[in-house]
Amino acid sequence: MTHKADWPLFEVFLRGKRGLNHVHVGSLHAADPEMALRHARDLYCRRNEAVSIWVVPATAITASSPDEKDPFFAPAGDKVYRHPTFYPIPDDVPHM
Amino acid sequence: MSEAWSSAERESAVTDFDEYGAYESLAHSLETDDHRWAFGTGFDDPLAGIDTAVPDGVDAAALAACCLGLGDDALIYSHRLQQWVTRAPELEEETALANIALDLLGQARLLLTRAAQAEGAGRDEDQLAFFRDEREFRNVRLVERADADFAELTARLLIFSAWRLAVFQSLTRTSKDPVLAAIAAKAVKELTYHRDYAAGWVIRLGDGTDFSRAKTQAALETIWPLVGELDLGEEVTGVIDAVIARATLTRPAAAPLGLVAGKSGRDGTHTEAMGYILAELQSVARAHPGARW
Repeated sequence: MTHKADWPLFEVFLRGKRGLNHVHVGSLHAADPEMALRHARDLYCRRNEAVSIWVVPATAITASSPDEKDPFFAPAGDKVYRHPTFYPIPDDVPHM
Repeated sequence: MSEAWSSAERESAVTDFDEYGAYESLAHSLETDDHRWAFGTGFDDPLAGIDTAVPDGVDAAALAACCLGLGDDALIYSHRLQQWVTRAPELEEETALANIALDLLGQARLLLTRAAQAEGAGRDEDQLAFFRDEREFRNVRLVERADADFAELTARLLIFSAWRLAVFQSLTRTSKDPVLAAIAAKAVKELTYHRDYAAGWVIRLGDGTDFSRAKTQAALETIWPLVGELDLGEEVTGVIDAVIARATLTRPAAAPLGLVAGKSGRDGTHTEAMGYILAELQSVARAHPGARW
């Protein structure tokens, strides 16, 4: 193994036995998506954690940048009226 | 750990998502329905809970011999795979190989325990693994070889796991011993993955660059004489041929490695590599007999 090209990075998402959604658990290197799936099985499912695996090329993810934190997230910080907590719930409304 | 957690702590670990990390929360959320999170600690008898009496109508000597051969295959090959740890080309591959080695070690423990029970001489898995000499081992000679490179590792793993998978599939149907049938059923799932892993790499390397193709063909040529000792049968030969064809490689025509005075690995005759493996495998146990940690 004198020459080792860098394998691309994949992000790994697992759905646990009782989880409803896939949760990001980490990343790994692999030559292709099939290999990434097997690596994910070997790296992140050793202790009976998962019933389903997703792998996604890290390059396919568009992420917000920490620099944009204020314009992205701060404006929502003072708009408490967006929570539906100001409405009294009538006693005869079920399942709320 | 699972016993020590109160339900409130567990709840907070699951809900304190950012503080503990997503992976932790996944792990802890499982604790309520699976208390074997730390599986392996304080676990002495791999066949606990199963009726281990050899049933009537089962030839105990034949059962012991069968379990010993298959157990020794797994023990010695697991040791060879463990030698790849810290030497694999990628961290991810290293974990994959360590997983496979651990699967095989688990099979070896169960099979040697069963062999000892069927033998009825008061020995246990540790005595069989650590206190037998070379000629008492019954593994095939294929598993003894040290891999020269990664191509050899994958080619040998393909042949070993394809053959072993077929053997265990057959045992789940035909074994009159319920313990051996249960061990085989557990192993089939593991070996299916091992074969899949190895086949993926043989195809990737064989159908890769000129260099990787040459290395993989050379690996097949090197190990092929040792394949003659395995009773592959039509099905396994078909699987291996299909992988070799997809990898654009050629099945070697090399003659099987000869028997020594009519004896092969299953009879206790081994290659020169075997002594070195046993020296490494057994020296600590023999220096400190009965030591616990």
